[in-house]
This record gives sequence, structure tokens and C-alpha cells, in this order.
Amino acid sequence: MSYIVLSSLLFAGSLLAGLLGALTGLGGGVVIIPLMTLAFGIDIRYAIGASLISVIATSSGAAAAYVREGYTNIRIGMFLEVATTAGALGGAALAGVLSTGVIAVVFGFVLVSSALQSLRASHDDSGALQPDGAALRLGLNGTYPLDGRRQPYNVTGVAPGFGLMIIAGGLSGLLGIGSGAVKVIAMDRIMRIPFKVSTTTSNFMIGVTAAASAGIYIARGYIVPELAMPVMLGVLAGSLFGSRLLVAARTTFLRRLFALVVFVLAVEMIFNGITGRI
Amino acid sequence: MTDEQHTPPPDRDEALEAVLGNLLRIGVIVAAVVVGAGGVYLLIIRGGWIPDFRSFQDGGSPLRSIPLILRGAFEFRADAIVQTGLLLLIATPVLRVVFSLFGFARQRDWLYVALTLIVLCVLAVGLSGLQT
Repeated sequence: MSYIVLSSLLFAGSLLAGLLGALTGLGGGVVIIPLMTLAFGIDIRYAIGASLISVIATSSGAAAAYVREGYTNIRIGMFLEVATTAGALGGAALAGVLSTGVIAVVFGFVLVSSALQSLRASHDDSGALQPDGAALRLGLNGTYPLDGRRQPYNVTGVAPGFGLMIIAGGLSGLLGIGSGAVKVIAMDRIMRIPFKVSTTTSNFMIGVTAAASAGIYIARGYIVPELAMPVMLGVLAGSLFGSRLLVAARTTFLRRLFALVVFVLAVEMIFNGITGRI
Repeated sequence: MTDEQHTPPPDRDEALEAVLGNLLRIGVIVAAVVVGAGGVYLLIIRGGWIPDFRSFQDGGSPLRSIPLILRGAFEFRADAIVQTGLLLLIATPVLRVVFSLFGFARQRDWLYVALTLIVLCVLAVGLSGLQT
């Protein structure tokens, strides 16, 4: 396959991945890596590098809008970035040691949990009644726009949330994904941050987390410009388009469909990882 | 509902939010334009090339440090121009953290100045491999 055909197909696939990723909240990375490895036979380390780049682009692009709308809690983001960036360095270090088969299997299991997570439609937005002491000392409580005014919220579970964020950062550095699913568990369920604040703040953190490991990936030669170019531009365009559509679309059916696709990809990644084909 | 007196909403720093939002948007746009321009050039000169990315056997991309990437871009090599765009993209969230540092310092929020410095140190470790 010539380079112009490969890059066109990668661009088209990434466009679709970015679009579906934005519409379903799963992010583009979860399909980019299976697409590159399973469909094009590209080494998983190159796929992870390209995906990591696309993750920085989409999260920074979306964060620009969310920050200005006043949903993002910059303090929560900055505090938890201590955990995610440290985890990302650990994950990127592991990526250089583990075999591609092991990485593929871990990736598959993370995909399964992401797919299951995205099916959980209901979110408890009542927030924590009492902030914990750490949240008060760190000034994590905030307000967000709701029905034309700013609704205050409390934050709890700071220590376990911080711990889970180290793991989220580690998975991001190891697998080149935003690991939004783990971040949402930490922020939405454990820290009891309102859903819209946790998704936008998680998104705000993803770019910095990915930047921490991207330096290591470039230095190891895992980021190939010929592959990163179509993937980054495709995912970015798709996710920008998807976030425009998101306002209008009812996404329950789409989310189920996408979760099913991700699940099948996950099983295939695990199978290929175990049998040594990746 | 939430007791407003019990949890007084802290003031948002809307000026900082606006600066960070603009910085992120401009950074992504500039990076995408550089990557796109380098990409078109790459497709023109190497569109017919049959690549092999099936394994890491040849050691990956040679463009793996900032001096090498920038030198290549000044020599107008297409792959180095794309890689320069990718460096600009990686720099965008890093710059966001630097600007947050100024924002927290202006608010005299020394706890968050310290936390931001820790994040910058971790980022510096991650990016240190790009020096040579």
C-alpha cells in the first residue's frame, strides 16, 4: 500500500473515530489503536504514539471551549495533574519494557471497562453534602453554571480520587489514551464532582497528562510523523465536528453501538496479544 | 439544595480562564496548520512511497530530539516540519501550565503555585529526553 493511500485511509478512519469518540464520550484513542494495529498491521508502539498525539490535540481543542464556559475547575485540574503526570511518566517507562503482546492485552481490558463505563447512563449530580478536610484545605469546592446561575458544589474523597488518578495517568502513558473512563470514576463517583464539571476538568487534564509521556515517546522514536499526521488531523477534525453535533443528537443508541464495537475490538486485541500476533 | 452560606462559592478567575482558553485554542490551531502544511508537502514528495510500519525493527523515527527536528525543519524536510508541528502541539498544554503558574501567583495562592511547580518539574522530566 502506498503512503498516500495509507494516510488517506488513516485520515478517514481517524475522522470517524474522532466523531464517534466525541459523540459517545469515549474519546478517539480507543478505536485508533485497534484500527492501526488490527486493520493496518502497524506496530502497536507507533499506534500508541500517534494516538497520544491525537489525544493532546482533541483535549486541548475541547478544553479551550469548556474553560471559557466556566465548567472546568482549574484548581481540581491542577491538583490532580500532579497525580496524572507522575503516573504518565511511570506508564511511558513501562511501555518501553513490556512486550507488545502484554500491552495489547492490557489495552483490551481497559477497552472493555471503558465500554461498560460508557453504558452507565445515569449520573448522580447531587454532589457531596460535606466536603472533606483535604478539599477545604486545597480549595477544591467550586461553582458551575446551572439554569442561568452558578451552582456551588462540594468535593469529597480527595485521597482515593488522587490515588486513582495516578493509575489513570499510568494507563494514559502506557496505552496512549486519555483514560477518560478511569478519570470519570475517580471524579464523578469517588470525589462526587458534578458530571459536567468532572468531564470538562478531566478533559482539561488529559492534554498535560499526555504531554508528560509524549516527550518520552518522541525520544524513543515511537512518534512517526508520517503516521501521526493523518491521525492527529483526522481525530481533531472529527471531534470538533462531533462536539458541534453533540448539542442536538440523542446519543443513547449511538453509545450502545459504539460500546459494542469497542467491546469486539477489545476481545480481538486481547486474543491477538495472547497469541503473539501483535 | 446546597447551603450557600456553608459553602461560599470562591470567585472564578475569569481573566485566567480566558487567557488559558485562548492559549489552548491558538496552540492547537498553529500546530494543526504546521502539521497540515508539512503533511501536504509530505504527500506530494513521498505519496508513492511504500512504507513498512509493521515492526519497530529499524528503531523508529530518527526525528527524536528538538535540535534534530528543528534542523530538519530549517532544511525544509517535510517529515521534520510535521514533527515540529507535533512539538508545538505538545508545548501547548505545557504552556498552559506555565500560564496557570502566573495566574496563581497573581492571586497569591502559594499552595497552587507550589502544586503547579511540581507539575512543571514532572513535565520537565518527561521532556528532558528531547534535548539531544
